[in-house]
Amino acid sequence: MSFLQRALNAGRFGRQSTTWVVGLLFAVTLYASVCNLLLPPESMFYVSTYTITLLGKYLCFALLALSVDVVWGYCGVLSLGHGAFFALGGYGMGMYLMRQIGDRGVYGNPELPDFMVFLNWDTLPWYWYGMDQFWFAMLMAVAVPGLLAFVFGWLAFRSRVTGVYLSIMTQALTYALMLAFFRNEMGFGGNNGLTDFKELLGFDLQADTTRVALFAVTAMLLALAFLASRFIMDSRFGRVIVAIRDAEPRTRFVGYRTDHYKVWLFVYSAALAAIAGALYVPQVGIINPGEFSPINSIEVVVWVAVGGRGTLYGAIAGALLVNYAKTRFTAIMPDGWLFALGALFVWVTLFLPQGLAGFVEKQLARFKSSSKTGSSASDLVEEASS
Amino acid sequence: MTMLESTREFWRRDQVWPVLMDDDVKVDVSKQVILYVEGLSVSFDGFKALNDLNLYINDGELRCLIGANGAGKTTLMDVITGKTACDTGTVYFGQTINLLKHSEAEIAQLGIGRKFQKPTVFEAQTVWENLELALKASKGIWYNLRASLSASEQDLMLGILDTIGLQTQSKQLAGALSHGQKQWLEIGMLLASQPRLLLIDEPVAGMTAQETERTAELLTSLAGDRTVVVVEHDMEFVRSIARTVTVLHQGSVLAEGTMDDVQNNRDVIEVYLGEEA
Repeated sequence: MSFLQRALNAGRFGRQSTTWVVGLLFAVTLYASVCNLLLPPESMFYVSTYTITLLGKYLCFALLALSVDVVWGYCGVLSLGHGAFFALGGYGMGMYLMRQIGDRGVYGNPELPDFMVFLNWDTLPWYWYGMDQFWFAMLMAVAVPGLLAFVFGWLAFRSRVTGVYLSIMTQALTYALMLAFFRNEMGFGGNNGLTDFKELLGFDLQADTTRVALFAVTAMLLALAFLASRFIMDSRFGRVIVAIRDAEPRTRFVGYRTDHYKVWLFVYSAALAAIAGALYVPQVGIINPGEFSPINSIEVVVWVAVGGRGTLYGAIAGALLVNYAKTRFTAIMPDGWLFALGALFVWVTLFLPQGLAGFVEKQLARFKSSSKTGSSASDLVEEASS
Repeated sequence: MTMLESTREFWRRDQVWPVLMDDDVKVDVSKQVILYVEGLSVSFDGFKALNDLNLYINDGELRCLIGANGAGKTTLMDVITGKTACDTGTVYFGQTINLLKHSEAEIAQLGIGRKFQKPTVFEAQTVWENLELALKASKGIWYNLRASLSASEQDLMLGILDTIGLQTQSKQLAGALSHGQKQWLEIGMLLASQPRLLLIDEPVAGMTAQETERTAELLTSLAGDRTVVVVEHDMEFVRSIARTVTVLHQGSVLAEGTMDDVQNNRDVIEVYLGEEA
């Protein structure tokens, strides 16, 4: 009962959190961009380009975590394969960047990317056509993962596959894609993936301004995705989604086609993950089949669990915190990271079942109620004295 | 039928092709019967839960179904609402709608509401939101992304809150309600969906005598406009509301009539009291 009361408070805090998240995101982006571009490197406030890129990468992960939270936290669909949509989005962007290299590659072939020349291919595979157009490549980067999510979701949700079986299927999906993309014949660069990018829309990818712009665009899209998700979850559609999570058969008997709702939410979530992937690739400069590996997808779930699922902002916070910890930890003890991650997950599951967001909200609620009783007590004292 | 005959049949001028027929047909109750259940059989692993069951519910009637555990009451409701597929038999809603061809969600949209034995409400949402979800409105995705409550819908919901006595709890989470209040909320959700036919499974389980009385009042007031089918074990309650009672036994109808008729029916006495007498 007290838990439910807390969850109710969470709803109220959730609405305030929108302003906080968007405001903080805007402030940090502005600060980091200005300090990188305008201050000299000697200044103590200078933010290095390395930090900018790192922040941009974290924000991509935050967007990915947000997409997982939308389906897991709100609809109870534990997807262990969101890395697949992320990587497909990344490959979409990667293909565009490959075509942008043009004749500046090692082999100097204006038409074919280096790895195709290396494989003695003489024509571009059909699915590479049009990828030299930015708009088309971006469309494909979102549409292909979206279509995959639609087909997968349609088959799975219509057959009423739920729970652990669905999780295993998503895991199998990303694993199968990883194996496929490792093959050279697929035409996506095999295990080397796509790399050696030069420029994006004519801007040099190594330039500070491009880096800052990419970071700012990532922050903006994260804010937009957050607002869109908040809008969806606050609408009646969102309430149907939560109803499906808590009592799917009942929702059906009320008259909602729950499979349709789940499919569309899954597609939306996959599109967010794909956008995150497309933003990630130009910032890290490489995309390879390793991004499909099941462990990546599981890591995303850990971020969301640590941050607190079903809150949206918790997923973002979780992704940022865990990735910051990863950066620090792998610098000190590279081999220990996976153990630390596992321990963190166990610890959070045991002691913070609602994640950090749940913990913070509990403290806030306690603070509010104690300040309320405090004031009423002082009122009593005042009354007594008068 | 030969090829020629079927072709002629297909091109007949006095019929509409099934593909062109309007799906959104109104319930046709011109024969005063709203639900036809005929020859229904369902078996689970050889156990016959329903055995050649025939049941007709008149439009606007309040019907009670009684029977021992395992008599097939809940299975019957499962078949009507599309949860369980049947082996043989037909279920028609009005003259024209074959319920066996529709999914749970479609059946609910056609106007058949159901209350479960164990009260199931959406626990993580408030009482008000529970009612909102159940409202009779489009259940489509695009509609619900932009849906907001109209004034008449709000009036309806306020009226329902009043009826089910949960005005003060309207902002409370449904999970925090007591068992009896959840029962009421579920009945409220049924009212909000404005169904033609209400299937109510054990509405007074876990209610106090006073609450039971109010439930009885509510259900009798609903009958007339709507058709109500109640499954209940509490004989006192059944006696207080029922005009017609149907007794199920081992998956088929044993007796049907007024409460007094049924209680004096020899078969019923034999089945229920046989071992004691």
